[in-house]
Amino acid sequence: MAKVAPELQYSDEHEWVAREAGNLVSIGISAVATDALGDIVYVDLPEVGATVTAGETCGEVESTKSVSDLYAPVTGEVTEINPAVVDDPALINSDPYGAGWLFKVAAESDGPLLSAQEYASKNGGEL
Amino acid sequence: MTENYTALHEEHKKLGASFTDFGGWQMPLKYSSELAEHHAVRKSAGLYDLSHMGEVWVTGPDAAAFLDYALVGKISAMAVGKAKYSLICNEDGGIIDDLITYRRPAGADGTDKFLVVPNAGNAKVVAAALAGRAVSGREGGFDVTVEDASADTSLIAVQGPKAQEILLRLVPAAQHELVTGLKYYAAVDVPLMFGGTSRELLLARTGYTGEDGFEIFVANDAAAALWQALVAIAEDGELTPAGLASRDSLRLEAGMPLYGNELSLDGDPFAAGLGPVVALSKEGDFVGRVALAAKKEAGAGSTAGRKLVGLKGLGRRAGRGHYPVLKDGNTVGEVTSGQPSPTLGYPVAMAYVDVEFTGPGTTLDIDLRGKTEPFEVVALPFYKRQK
Repeated sequence: MAKVAPELQYSDEHEWVAREAGNLVSIGISAVATDALGDIVYVDLPEVGATVTAGETCGEVESTKSVSDLYAPVTGEVTEINPAVVDDPALINSDPYGAGWLFKVAAESDGPLLSAQEYASKNGGEL
Repeated sequence: MTENYTALHEEHKKLGASFTDFGGWQMPLKYSSELAEHHAVRKSAGLYDLSHMGEVWVTGPDAAAFLDYALVGKISAMAVGKAKYSLICNEDGGIIDDLITYRRPAGADGTDKFLVVPNAGNAKVVAAALAGRAVSGREGGFDVTVEDASADTSLIAVQGPKAQEILLRLVPAAQHELVTGLKYYAAVDVPLMFGGTSRELLLARTGYTGEDGFEIFVANDAAAALWQALVAIAEDGELTPAGLASRDSLRLEAGMPLYGNELSLDGDPFAAGLGPVVALSKEGDFVGRVALAAKKEAGAGSTAGRKLVGLKGLGRRAGRGHYPVLKDGNTVGEVTSGQPSPTLGYPVAMAYVDVEFTGPGTTLDIDLRGKTEPFEVVALPFYKRQK
């Protein structure tokens, strides 16, 4: 069963949110999502400086089998993207909560977020 | 839709498979990573459960003549022991299914015997069409028996360059020659040792991966024992259990059509590049002959309509089924299958494209949900194994 990292928050669209300093958050996708997607071969991230809006699409994740939209779990300006996952999208599969992080946002507001417990029980993940 | 489970379902669970619905069957999509499974088949060997495929036996004094009538190929010309790829069409020339027919040794009374293997989702339709055509095909019908053995038969495949070496581990030394001498698209009854006993099973040198490989027909009650014997061999690392995700990426690289994607009732064999499979020159009537002759005459797939082509991605993004194919912004085709090719490292797709834009080297765009990505028309297959 897919791991759900207990210290993170989650959106219904399977993005995770990690609180960093101040209002800065880093964002990735859960192992529940990467398991369902299969091997990820391409990721399209928002640009640094762009504003993303909670609940709206801000990129795409493409696996061998399918393409999925990436949804912003928070509203704010993108401050950094992870160049390592653009180079090697397989990192998202191998370490979704660590080296496979996608981008960081200076969050002005959050979209609806679930606790790890709520997310796990809703999506069949394992804490 | 009723969910069907193969006789190996519990074995797949033990191996931690993720499942997908395919043709009404719960089938392993992958065991670990579909990319790793894909590469394993190209470099070494993969182990597949293909028990969702149908098995329909056609036997009787008229079996060869009957299949000449029911299918588009000249089945009667096949030698015993050979296999042949063919199509079953309707009267309009639409494709009901693509299938492989194996000619087996005649019975003791000289009665001809064929095994027809349709796709999972079409097995019942094909069996019913064959049974119907046996009765209505000609005055007095054909003297054949059509028996749908799909529910009782499992099919296990070992595919990849090391398939023969792996399979020989289950074959008594005295019978190795039966396997090593087996040609591509041929089949033979071979004793296989597994589960503490030896059973004679039908072994075919066929597949859907673009690699050398074998498919083994086995009764459901012996399937788990055979699978376990192969899984035990897999522990040595040269054979990898593989799911349908890799089977799809492998067949796409090999330029092989998938029913429901490239082939359908609305399509025709000529547009699909399967004109040579249609034996318009064979004697006697066959279902679809009039319509197919007319389509060929009208230039279907050569000078008229659309034609199935290979598209090689010039960028990183893959085209997917049903995405529009554009030339100078105008829709000139539609993708039927597409994904990043694990072996080649660039996106590949098959698409039906207006014939005027199908010359190799023609650049076209695929509309990827609003963004366009350039592709080039290339000859199929994308990947061909080194022999």
